[in-house]
Amino acid sequence: MSAAQLKRREFLALSAAGTGALVLGHHVPATAQDGSETLEFNPFVRIAPDDTVTLILHKPENGQGAVTTLCMLLAEELDCDWQRLQWEFAPVARVYGFPLQGTFGSLGVRTSWQPLREAGAKARVMLQSAAAQRWGVDIAQTRTENGRVHRVGSTDSFSYGELALEAAQLPVPETVALKSPDQYRLIGKPTPRRDTLAKITGTARYGIDVRMPDIAFAVLERCPVFGGRVASFDDSRTRAFPGVIDVVQVGRGIAVLATNTWAAMEGRKLLDIQWDLGPNASLSSERIREMQRELLQHSGAVARSEGDVEAAFANAAQKVAVTYEVPYLAHTTMEPPNTAVRLDEQGCEVWSGTQIPGICHSSAVAAAGLEAEQVKVNTLFIGGGFGSRGGGNVYTEAVEIAMVTGRPVNLLYTREDDIQQDRYRPCSMVNLEAALDAEGWPVALRGRVSCQYFQALQNGLDREAVAGLADNDYAIGAQHFEYVPLELDVPTNFWRSVGASQNVYFMESFLDELAAAGGKDPVELRLHLLRDAPRLRRVLEIAAERAGWNTPAVPGRHRGVACVSCFGSHNAQVVEVSVDQGRVRVHKVTCVVDCGQAVNPLTVRQQMEGGIVYGLTAALRGEISLADGRVQQSNFHDYDALRIDEMPEIDVFIVPSEDPNPGGIGETSTPAIAPAVVNAVFAATGVRVRRLPLEKHLPTLLAESQQQDSHAINSGGTIHA
Amino acid sequence: MATITFTLNGQPRTVEAEPQMPLLWVLRDILNLTGTKYGCGMALCGACTVHIDGNPVRSCRTEIGFVAGRSVTTVEGLGTPDALHPVQRAWLELDVPQCGYCQSGQQMSAAALLARNPKPTDADIDAAMRNNICRCGTYQSIRAAIHRAAEIQALAMDAMAPAEEGRV
Repeated sequence: MSAAQLKRREFLALSAAGTGALVLGHHVPATAQDGSETLEFNPFVRIAPDDTVTLILHKPENGQGAVTTLCMLLAEELDCDWQRLQWEFAPVARVYGFPLQGTFGSLGVRTSWQPLREAGAKARVMLQSAAAQRWGVDIAQTRTENGRVHRVGSTDSFSYGELALEAAQLPVPETVALKSPDQYRLIGKPTPRRDTLAKITGTARYGIDVRMPDIAFAVLERCPVFGGRVASFDDSRTRAFPGVIDVVQVGRGIAVLATNTWAAMEGRKLLDIQWDLGPNASLSSERIREMQRELLQHSGAVARSEGDVEAAFANAAQKVAVTYEVPYLAHTTMEPPNTAVRLDEQGCEVWSGTQIPGICHSSAVAAAGLEAEQVKVNTLFIGGGFGSRGGGNVYTEAVEIAMVTGRPVNLLYTREDDIQQDRYRPCSMVNLEAALDAEGWPVALRGRVSCQYFQALQNGLDREAVAGLADNDYAIGAQHFEYVPLELDVPTNFWRSVGASQNVYFMESFLDELAAAGGKDPVELRLHLLRDAPRLRRVLEIAAERAGWNTPAVPGRHRGVACVSCFGSHNAQVVEVSVDQGRVRVHKVTCVVDCGQAVNPLTVRQQMEGGIVYGLTAALRGEISLADGRVQQSNFHDYDALRIDEMPEIDVFIVPSEDPNPGGIGETSTPAIAPAVVNAVFAATGVRVRRLPLEKHLPTLLAESQQQDSHAINSGGTIHA
Repeated sequence: MATITFTLNGQPRTVEAEPQMPLLWVLRDILNLTGTKYGCGMALCGACTVHIDGNPVRSCRTEIGFVAGRSVTTVEGLGTPDALHPVQRAWLELDVPQCGYCQSGQQMSAAALLARNPKPTDADIDAAMRNNICRCGTYQSIRAAIHRAAEIQALAMDAMAPAEEGRV
């Protein structure tokens, strides 16, 4: 790209966004793959004389379908030739969302919905204006279709490429009219993914695949106890290992660099490191649970308070009080964390499959001690994100290693590093209480959450730590929720659906308990309480009908239900399970979602399925535990994922929505699966599982329950139905 | 260091490597064939699955010394964009991948299954594919795609059958 073109990029970006369009990095992006001139219409669209249209993709692709869905948004308004539409990852720039440029919070489509359709429409108007000028007619005498501008009432037409040079010089329209839903050609239609071919032929490039001359493959040995440091080390055996190039100390530990990854891993095993373990060397999961139980004795920051809770409890016909808890979870993306870095006299170039290139950039700037303009971030395909690839230490570590060695490096976390040095979904413990009236309806809800925070506290409160609980949609007159922060050095992070990943389990399982206590059907109770939440109510009704809630299940199978509104969408799930000797098998999940305008129903379905599998894995067996300050799990043998032979049939139904705008889909289906399964297990066994994961705690609970039953029989009591 | 010669995607290759070095890292770091992925290093997740003499193996736990004289196929040798393997065609038709990282291994396991069992049942698929983890949860699509690949493969064989007979 020439300097003049870069200036034009900045100018156009500035005029389009009005917020400044600093493109960060000393390496400007390539203009066209063949080096030919292309014309920039705005920060999101380039059109080449050969008719190639390129979307500058400002949301990373971590499997959620951003490539395809964002191409659809642009193409819908641009009317370009779908087959000739190309895309490339955007550089880091304010116009693309810097400093938080990235994909998180199930916001990708929601925050691209307006800007990308406008970008397409504005470029289209400029092309139509250029054609109108050539023909000497009013723009109203032109129309567009499939990458061409046609003159109304004639066979004359120009391709977008033929018009690009003139059109790009025209003023960018201030405002444009966007299509109404009945005019959509692409939006709302299941559309094949544009990244599939690369991903099935092994050519899709992930961060782990970055290669360059003289690159060193690096692994880093970090202190097994959070917050610990290197006291001293001996690397003589490591350096003798064939292939090892260098051993360097950086902030978080000792890095081994080698000509191949295996030599780096093997060399690292030969390091002799004395650690200063720091203050967390005796931390354990049991100690943390003691701390949580203690914290729950104290009042905390109020997350919600409405109605006269005290009076409702004083007048209750029945009260239910229970404690729920969930453990820490790791993310275990299939591609473990990694980042490649090259430093030269111009600055620092970083390659990473990062969910938030903006944070990757800021981390590299801080670690390298360079100006923002001297650091360039290259975004690559992400081999699974789930919240793990936002911030994190890997960018800083990789830059530090490259700075010490002076070589380009690709730093890889082994699977063991990934599981033991992740930033975790925090564990949480909650006390929940409810008051029921004489008819068995809940009239008051009270809860207190003890959990580390996902993000900085505001007035003592982390909204995520109570999300899915304190913000429930149920019309229960009196509700009071408090949050008591748990202060620990265990690193925490967002994890697919964040706070809802745990709180919806608490809320929806507890609600099931209230249904049982009040003699209500679980669906009936929810429908009654969702009278002020029509969209959630509707998906629940549809899910119950599709799953045959009011008809008997296949003998041996039992149903459970859960629902939640989150990330701007509404989701209900009905599951069918069987329980055999404490072993839970999920046979079927009926998943109904109202996500507003579904832009690409194909990727909506994929995300619903994927979110359920992710949540189900955690519900069944996900647990990171600590002993002696160390994470006890290390690989898939003790932190396993759901496998194909355990995969339930998932029936996804996307409700035609009255909302013309899209809701989030990436995280929407994760929260409800755990409570739906736990509720089905209750239906199957009469045992309520108030602590996850299921596979660990259910057998114990079943054994206790059987003991109680036999005790009841022996003492002449009644058998629990 | 040892000099090891083997067949890679139909071509003879010679590498200089420690004999204990896993095939995975020879492929990725010496030969720059990065389609085969690292996932666990313990043969637990299947991301590194390749074929050795037609059998699916975990390249992360296969020493290069063992590979000498054998024939290795990776995803790069399974098919090309112009001539996709039936498994790849089915994967494309059904848009199986999400993040895509595990899919090389998934396809290599599926291709090996179809080579020995042209019409697998769901139970056959479960048994053959349970060692391949997908954290994106594409299992339902994988199962459907294997059934579809079996159809594609059968159609291709039917198309070839008259020619075979003609030769006799």
